[in-house]
Amino acid sequence: MRYTLDVNGERRQVDLAPDTPLLWALRDHLELTGTKYGCGRAQCGACTVHLDGKPVRSCVLPISRVGDKKVVTIEGLSGTVAEAVQSAWVDVQVPQCGYCQSGQIMSAVALLSEKPNPDDDAIDGAMAGNICRCATYVRIRAAVRQAARGEEA
Amino acid sequence: MRFLRDLDLSAYDTPPSSSSSSDPSPVTAAELLAELRPSRRQVLKGGLAAGLGLVIGFRMGGTAKAAEAAAGSAETVFAPNAFLRIAPDGAVTVIAKHIEFGQGSYTGLATIVADEIGADWSRVSVESAPADASRYGNSALGGAQGTGGSTAMVSSWEPMRKAGATARSMLAAAAAAAWGVPAEEVEIADHKVRHSGSGKEAGLGEMAVAAGELQPPKDAKPKDLAAYRLIGKNKLPRVDVPAKTDGSAVFTLDMKIPGMLTALIARPPRFGATVASFDDSATRKVAGVKEVVQVPAGVAVLADSFWAAKMGRDALEVTWDESKAEKRGSEQLFAEYKELAGKAGKKARGEGDAAATLEGAAKVLEATYEFPYLAHAPMEPMDFLLRLDGDKAEAWAGSQIQTIDQGVVAQTLGIPPQNVTLHTLFGGGSFGRRATPVGDVAGEAASIVKAIGGKAPVKVVWTREDDIQGGRYRPLYVHRLRAGIDDAGKITAWHHHIVGQSILSGTPFAAAMVKDGIDHTSVEGAISIPYKIPNLQVDLTTTDVGVPVLWWRSVGSTHNGYAVETFLDQVARELGRDPVELRRELLADHPRELGVLNLAAEKAGWGGALPEGRARGVAVHKSFDTYVAQVVEVSLDASGVPKVHRVVCAVDCGVAINPDNIRAQMEGGLGFGLGAALHDEVVLEEGRPKQSNFHDYRSLRIGEMPEVEVHIVDSTEKPTGVGEPGLPPLAPAVANAYLQLTGEPIHRLPMRHLAKKKKGRMAAAGRDRATSGEASGKVVRS
Repeated sequence: MRYTLDVNGERRQVDLAPDTPLLWALRDHLELTGTKYGCGRAQCGACTVHLDGKPVRSCVLPISRVGDKKVVTIEGLSGTVAEAVQSAWVDVQVPQCGYCQSGQIMSAVALLSEKPNPDDDAIDGAMAGNICRCATYVRIRAAVRQAARGEEA
Repeated sequence: MRFLRDLDLSAYDTPPSSSSSSDPSPVTAAELLAELRPSRRQVLKGGLAAGLGLVIGFRMGGTAKAAEAAAGSAETVFAPNAFLRIAPDGAVTVIAKHIEFGQGSYTGLATIVADEIGADWSRVSVESAPADASRYGNSALGGAQGTGGSTAMVSSWEPMRKAGATARSMLAAAAAAAWGVPAEEVEIADHKVRHSGSGKEAGLGEMAVAAGELQPPKDAKPKDLAAYRLIGKNKLPRVDVPAKTDGSAVFTLDMKIPGMLTALIARPPRFGATVASFDDSATRKVAGVKEVVQVPAGVAVLADSFWAAKMGRDALEVTWDESKAEKRGSEQLFAEYKELAGKAGKKARGEGDAAATLEGAAKVLEATYEFPYLAHAPMEPMDFLLRLDGDKAEAWAGSQIQTIDQGVVAQTLGIPPQNVTLHTLFGGGSFGRRATPVGDVAGEAASIVKAIGGKAPVKVVWTREDDIQGGRYRPLYVHRLRAGIDDAGKITAWHHHIVGQSILSGTPFAAAMVKDGIDHTSVEGAISIPYKIPNLQVDLTTTDVGVPVLWWRSVGSTHNGYAVETFLDQVARELGRDPVELRRELLADHPRELGVLNLAAEKAGWGGALPEGRARGVAVHKSFDTYVAQVVEVSLDASGVPKVHRVVCAVDCGVAINPDNIRAQMEGGLGFGLGAALHDEVVLEEGRPKQSNFHDYRSLRIGEMPEVEVHIVDSTEKPTGVGEPGLPPLAPAVANAYLQLTGEPIHRLPMRHLAKKKKGRMAAAGRDRATSGEASGKVVRS
């Protein structure tokens, strides 16, 4: 089946089985490999992308269900919230192996776009779906707080 | 792994190659070894590495040009040795002999070299070394190129200082010649070469070409510790972080080369089962599926995308021959191991007469511990990309022991190891999983490439289910501990019996690491018990189980540290002693353990007031020559499972090369340990792994991560590793806090078994077993 997807502001065409998860359309067919595979069943969050600004797990989202919604991946992040988050991530030195961090950042950007000044419970809640096996969580929390403060300023 | 002096590749366990009889004669392990040895001899005998004998393969090129060729660069650069290049524009490239999979090795290696030269950190980048043990072997891994046992900094400290010092000396000599001044008056700092007497100054890069014409000195002297500016700097940013925040970092899963096929393998449901027959008619109808081939690991489905390969594999029907498969389950193994724990084992350490002292002790305490199989579950599942072109192969992987992966590919394809170019990419975590002594995933890729006659590059990818169910687990263990106490309340005897599988038997590491039937990795952390107890014995019973096992972050210390540190707290409780006080008394002769214990206790406010419902627990453990103590604050959640609020961690790893990375590794190590201690076990049911993905093989999540405070002991001792040592003290410290809160020890992991379900006897039974076990933790005689 042919699908036209709106990915990072561009119209992109793929010809794939309808049940192909968006994750694999992005990775294998659109050369956007910043979005990662970690579990294939929406358990780890490594595949998080934005669908009309909301964080979704692309590993369980069939391309047939994407429709006209705007897909944004780590490669297409832009704007003040994204910049604040990414620079906080560097400043706090969050990543270790780095494999989950695209997903972490996508979740953090979605959180701060929705809720510019989250408390720690809100941070833990919004980030609960993103596993980091290196357990960089102390720094993820610190970076989200720092990005939020940057947003306030 | 620091004991690994001689990697015995003759013990190399040939992976089963495809059943076809037309195999070209494989390269034997002895030949593999021979490939390594002459070059070592050559380097050493030729005197090229005079003064650099600490590291094998530190090849000092006669001229920059020769070394340049060695470093694989075509540009005009100054490459005084295999570890660095300086371009005329001043760009410094450090060649990392260790994989970067989160532990900060790239940054650590580059920090040493850059500081030694006097380079500006912002001008330094890191490139992964090619697989070549003659130049990049790890002296702590018997000369094999690889990363493990927290040895990257241990094995690199002197060689990297030397590499930097050599470059600095040559740059200074070049400047001295150009300016007509004495070389010893030339200084290099902040990326500038200066002579203060004449006021001459040049950029580092400006001297690079002239330096490259000089002979490298044999005796370049590294700086004094006090002269370092980057080493020990509190916040030196990691070189790999920017690429890991914008999606541009390339992992093996992200690699794509023309014509590449993705392979998923249908794997046996039980370990040791083999393919009896298969029907691929439905698989071949899946769009995108190109090939289906039988390989030693199972049946491989090759397709033009991951999803097509996955759909193809789902459609495959395989009949397995399970006649030789391991069919015992975890419960059966625990029962067998417990029986063995009550019998005599092989003595791994003995002082005094523990048996007789226990016999005559006024009081004897006893406990039996159960530790489950654990999967590593790195975020990036296992993968390996391989291309064959005639008799040459090119591979891309997050390779942790490059020499073995390179050797396995060569052996499987029937080509010489030097014909295998291996590019080490970022690894998306490992925790030990990528360091298989048998190069399992490399072997899978090679067997598939061979099965299709090399007609396409192949990337083998494991799904998460393959990963959790695919074995190479931290072994399942049972421990039995007994302590004898005399009338005066002194611990007079300690007997520790460990029962479980050997990680290293039958691997190239066996000759160095398995002595007289004792696999060092089974007993490390138990035989090194630092407490002053006059009669002490540690025994090992090695079991034979058909489940593939492997080292898992901090290896033997994962279970031995837990058993020793929790049992000591039980003894302290029995004696009515404060756990920190008792440890101080028993550690009088161990200043570094004592140092971290005191630092952690002081910073945590040990003995101070806590909110209602909270208790502190402590543990101290040395692993890989790094000393760590942790004090945790714990309460119980609604179901009765420990909830950790705060961890105060003290670490002594010698010279702190990058303090922020040390903090990060302590945070990560203890977080990884906490996740496993709370949640994780791979349960075998009649030999079949029950768990399959992150829903039932839980990982720590952000809401469970405590606050962490890390204190680093100021030290001038040689630096030691930090990737693993943060893990061992965490779980026992939590259990010790639980003991304070409830009066109950925890003898079975994971701790989630402590959960009180609202209704149901099963849960209650599980809870009883989790805490008390059988005759466990009791005073058996008093």
